[in-house]
Amino acid sequence: MQKLARCLGALLAVLAAVLLATPAVAQGSGETIHGTLTYQDAPVAGVTITVTTADGADVGTVQTAADGTWEVPVPGPGDYAVTLDAATLPSTAPGVARDTIETTVNPQQRKVVLFRVGTPEDDGGEQPAPEGEPSEGGEDETPGSGSAESEAGGDVTATGGNNQLLQLFVSGLRFGLILGLAGLGLSLVFGTTGLTNFAHGELIVFGAVTALLLNQAGIPVLMAALLATLISAVFGWGQDRGFWRPLRKKPTGLIALMIISIGVSLILRYLTQFIIGGGRETYDEYTYQDPISIGPISITPRDLIIMGICVVLLAAVALALTRTRMGKATRAVADNPALAAASGINVDRVITLVWTVGTALAGLSGVFFGMIQGVDYLMGMRILLLVFAATVLGGLGTAWGAMVGALIVGIFIEVSAYVVPSELKTAGVLVVLILILLVRPQGILGRRERVG
Amino acid sequence: MDWGNILELSMRELIGVQAIVFALAAIGINVQFGYTGLLNFGQAAFAAVGGYGIAVIVTTYDMSFWLGLVVAIAGAIVLALLLGIPTLRLRADYLAIVTIAASEIVRLVGRSASGREVFGGSDGITGFSNTFYDFNPFTEPVSFGPFEFRERVLWVLAVGWVLVALCTLTVWLLMRSPWGRVLKGIREDEDAVRSLGKNVYAYKMQSLVIGGVMGALAGVVYSLFQGAMQPDVYATNFTFFAYAILILGGAATVFGPVLGAAIVWFAFQFIDLALRGAIQQGYIPDWLMDSNDTGAVRFMLTGVVLVLLLVFRPQGILGDRREIALDAR
Repeated sequence: MQKLARCLGALLAVLAAVLLATPAVAQGSGETIHGTLTYQDAPVAGVTITVTTADGADVGTVQTAADGTWEVPVPGPGDYAVTLDAATLPSTAPGVARDTIETTVNPQQRKVVLFRVGTPEDDGGEQPAPEGEPSEGGEDETPGSGSAESEAGGDVTATGGNNQLLQLFVSGLRFGLILGLAGLGLSLVFGTTGLTNFAHGELIVFGAVTALLLNQAGIPVLMAALLATLISAVFGWGQDRGFWRPLRKKPTGLIALMIISIGVSLILRYLTQFIIGGGRETYDEYTYQDPISIGPISITPRDLIIMGICVVLLAAVALALTRTRMGKATRAVADNPALAAASGINVDRVITLVWTVGTALAGLSGVFFGMIQGVDYLMGMRILLLVFAATVLGGLGTAWGAMVGALIVGIFIEVSAYVVPSELKTAGVLVVLILILLVRPQGILGRRERVG
Repeated sequence: MDWGNILELSMRELIGVQAIVFALAAIGINVQFGYTGLLNFGQAAFAAVGGYGIAVIVTTYDMSFWLGLVVAIAGAIVLALLLGIPTLRLRADYLAIVTIAASEIVRLVGRSASGREVFGGSDGITGFSNTFYDFNPFTEPVSFGPFEFRERVLWVLAVGWVLVALCTLTVWLLMRSPWGRVLKGIREDEDAVRSLGKNVYAYKMQSLVIGGVMGALAGVVYSLFQGAMQPDVYATNFTFFAYAILILGGAATVFGPVLGAAIVWFAFQFIDLALRGAIQQGYIPDWLMDSNDTGAVRFMLTGVVLVLLLVFRPQGILGDRREIALDAR
């Protein structure tokens, strides 16, 4: 285990150094509402857009520029209504789906509002974010993909045809790798203790928020990410030693533990809301980078490095599980705790280790998710469902299953955006999950056994 | 702070519409989880299907309110079958994961822009409750002591509590029948029941359907009260709330869910008002919390209560410790 820890530490340090060398794009503060008006992929210029406050006071009126962009600075966070004057649309554009969009601007947010130009009967247009939901629009949202429910991949540059499919695939690979990192802990904890931890999503958020708070306190993102991973590890260790282990000793039934984990997730989730508020926050670096082209795909250096770190860490865990004593002990405990204990394995130590490493990896994956989609208090629940899908798909309780399942879920979720509206891609994955359970309940890599 | 006013407003919640809605949802979960040991984490989906059943039939398709009611209940039955068929033969946590996934599917599809024509997108659907209020026999506000209820609310409360009473009665009758004893047997030891020649799968399915229909009624009552069907009401928290309520009142007891719902909504209102009052009066400093944070505090308390209950008193207020399915694998 010490070996594993040393390896992980060294890797993180090296990768941090690499990341530091890549330039970050600075961003302004101060709240604005902005967007780009396009029709059939061409910018629409000269359209009047007016922003008013919720009680009707005028904030500002602008005309869209030649490239279709517009921006209205707003006095502060709050509710605003954005109105497009349909009369000023050029004659080529038939109309707009919804000419008034109500939106909520959070502190320091540059809110994206998108009008869908087309026949007024068209579906779509941007929907106002419902209360309590994270509002759409981080710095890196590109037009057309802004939805509160969108997962990763908001910053994929859309191009046409096969190229887009490839691009989506890469984006899915990135998402799947991070998801694999996030899901390892869940899967290992389930394997060793039988607990389906509904608070695992909050462990992911824990890392993201810790990094965010450190970042807001002035620590550079990469340093903050490293610290957040370490703090997550300590958090996981403490959680097992101080909370779950006493409960196991009590003893508490598995279903009771599952519902307790729901309680824990509610506490952590709303503690997060209490601390960072209901909006979406971003780190002050690495939220947007200019993509570089590698062959037919374009990808940001940040994403490349994130994917690299994920691959290395996943491989490290896989090696540790198969090669080290502690890893073999972990698999033994997952297989049969009583037998493992009888053959001299310290089961409690193994479980604590699994919690520590699992929470650290989840925390780091949270930082990655945070870099890509921003941090909001509901991200844990969204990601948790996908992590569940991944682990069940791969086979509950097996580490390999979690990795394979995560890759499949990640790629499926992004590539499905090619055919399904992007707001429905999460629903699509969950439907597939249910269908797979019908045919192969033990998951793709799960051992064939009676599970009921 | 005006404690009298705070107390009065909180007392109203003891019998309020929220308490009715969550009592109904929790009674359904009680049948599934309390008596049968099934972990349905998708009660929100059943409630949403109930609400959409009425809203879609009446507003989108412009058909009769009564057909809407039928569709709401039929929808819940179909959903229960869909979820039960793949998972009821598997270990308990599979049902948990699939139902929680289903509740998100229903919500995401409901709020999607592509389904706006039918489900109204994230704004939801309005304008389906007229028939319901046409039957309202109350024509003016009625006062009970210090409490005054408007006629509209009174009608929802009357119908709602009748439904709660009917569901409670159903549960009481079912659970003292031989059928109910089989359910409890499944909860205690599935294999034992199977070896007695009972079709465990069928019993579980029936339990899931009955509990799901009660969940749909919860959704129907809530959307009629709001006059609107909004998908985001039925997020996963809806289900978790109902669980907290059930476990507080006492799982596997007839009156547990009702008692739990009344207490929880009283406590919510009380805490909310007290916190807001304290913030207004400056007892709680600004840097610590403002009035937007009271919602988060309420959810955190739900979590704390859930954890403490399961650790120290898993049987809740009314329950019997030997009678709960928390030790099953």
